[in-house]
Amino acid sequence: MSVLQRRAASPALGAPHGHADHDTAITLTDVSKVYGKGSTAVLAVDRLSLTVATGQFVCLIGASGCGKSTLLSMVAGLDSPTSGQVDTGGQRVAIMFQEPALFPWLTARKNVELAMRAMNVPKAERARRAAELLDTVHLSEFADKRPHELSGGMRQRVALARALAHDADVLLMDEPFGALDAMTRDLLHDELERIWLERSLTVLFVTHNVREAARLGDRVVLLSSRPGRVIEEYEVPRTGPRRIDSVQVAELASKVTDRLREEMSRHGA
Amino acid sequence: MALSTGTGSSSDSAIAGLDNLELGQYGVTSRPARIARKGWSATWPKLLAVGIVLAAWQLFYAINFRGDTASGLVKGPVTSLGNLATQLGHAQLWQAIEDTGRTALAGYVLAMVIGTAVGAVVSRIPPLRAAVGSIISGLQTMPSIAWFPFAIILFGTNVSAILFVMVLGAAPSIANGLITGVDYTPPLLLRAGRTMGLRGIALYRYLILPASLPAYLAGLKQGWAFAWRSLLAGELLVLIVGHVSLGVLLNTAQDNQDLSGAISVMIVILVFGIIVDMIFSKIDLTVRRRRGLLDSAATS
Repeated sequence: MSVLQRRAASPALGAPHGHADHDTAITLTDVSKVYGKGSTAVLAVDRLSLTVATGQFVCLIGASGCGKSTLLSMVAGLDSPTSGQVDTGGQRVAIMFQEPALFPWLTARKNVELAMRAMNVPKAERARRAAELLDTVHLSEFADKRPHELSGGMRQRVALARALAHDADVLLMDEPFGALDAMTRDLLHDELERIWLERSLTVLFVTHNVREAARLGDRVVLLSSRPGRVIEEYEVPRTGPRRIDSVQVAELASKVTDRLREEMSRHGA
Repeated sequence: MALSTGTGSSSDSAIAGLDNLELGQYGVTSRPARIARKGWSATWPKLLAVGIVLAAWQLFYAINFRGDTASGLVKGPVTSLGNLATQLGHAQLWQAIEDTGRTALAGYVLAMVIGTAVGAVVSRIPPLRAAVGSIISGLQTMPSIAWFPFAIILFGTNVSAILFVMVLGAAPSIANGLITGVDYTPPLLLRAGRTMGLRGIALYRYLILPASLPAYLAGLKQGWAFAWRSLLAGELLVLIVGHVSLGVLLNTAQDNQDLSGAISVMIVILVFGIIVDMIFSKIDLTVRRRRGLLDSAATS
């Protein structure tokens, strides 16, 4: 089954969210965010508008200070915009951070189960789904290990399983692989891509790794710095299997890098 | 189903391989050998300590300081340990151990309940924190023995006076431990907990309390040390009619100029304290090891 077919079918999968437009998973309209007050106020995000289609994998990229993390927090509902609207159409949203943020006193399995406990999932169901999710991230064997007994990449996969435990439609990822070595990151890209396809997720992925964005995204959205707003968008047709070292990825990455440097030098002048 | 990414199975096995490489263990020794080595490394410092004490004691006895040996006041380790062995055969010492143990338990549990309750309330209400925090620090700097006249006037010469001082000594440490634990719950985990939908009581039960456990345990351990000191001081100062406690035995030995009797009771007190301390250390170690807060190389 091709990606295009799946995408075409996805509105039906988007089911009962009570949203007017099933093709749209996330809509940001003129979103601004100001931190602080008076003379020390900082405009982190400036009238940013962005629409993410259901089932799309969108990578947000930008230099420091582009308000990427602020943006994700607002979409996750952890923070509210100073002005403008954030609409996720009542979909379930899960978020993953650069640090796995697992609870160190719980095993991998219990960490995943706890996410469901907060949603009042019955015990037997929790156990069944936790096992299934750990299998999805290839960690069944390590289900009873505590976080400190796992490697960084494995911890991040437990965190992914935990985020998936929310049964979310939208997965927000804040530089989730930023702290991992390149080899592990590569493998996790494949994993994430597979899971995204299997589960028909909408993914909003923040990174400052240009190649990572080009490798993963259907769309790469470039943000300006201080304040953050959209300055450029790149559509990435999914013509076949992609790898971090594909020619297509490299070409797009160098294009994005050039534009990003231009933006950064604006702040150097 | 052939996914369009086409990386499926090869990446799966690559991931499994990387996992195994990253968790690879080196220099694995057999379990019995490890336990034996661990047992020995835990035992020899203690044996050495006992040996040093006995040697010093024997030396002190042998040099005949102030001619006390001649007067028969100072006894060598052999005589004194013989005295202890005899006393261990009598019901009185055991009765005293039981009596002191019971008071210790009652006072400590009381301190634990009060300290935990105060800690829980204070950590929840920020304005209280500053005020109660100062009171707690104040109480901790006050030597608990200074409370005894106050306690005796208030409660009379009975167990209540001792329990009162024990609680005053131990509860602040316990409350402090809990407050510290709650304060130092990593913000990152709090953020993760909130995104997970943990709120209110669930947030406390599943995140803040377990996260506070190591600091709370440290508070409990420190609290025990204070409670134990207060208890012994209390038993020496507050002589209760009809009670035979370790403190009473010490007093009796003092009145009778019975040095080896006093030493026997002191050894019992020491051993009692060491055993409780070992229990605390064991719990503390287990909790910290489970969370990966120990350097595995240092403890294996």
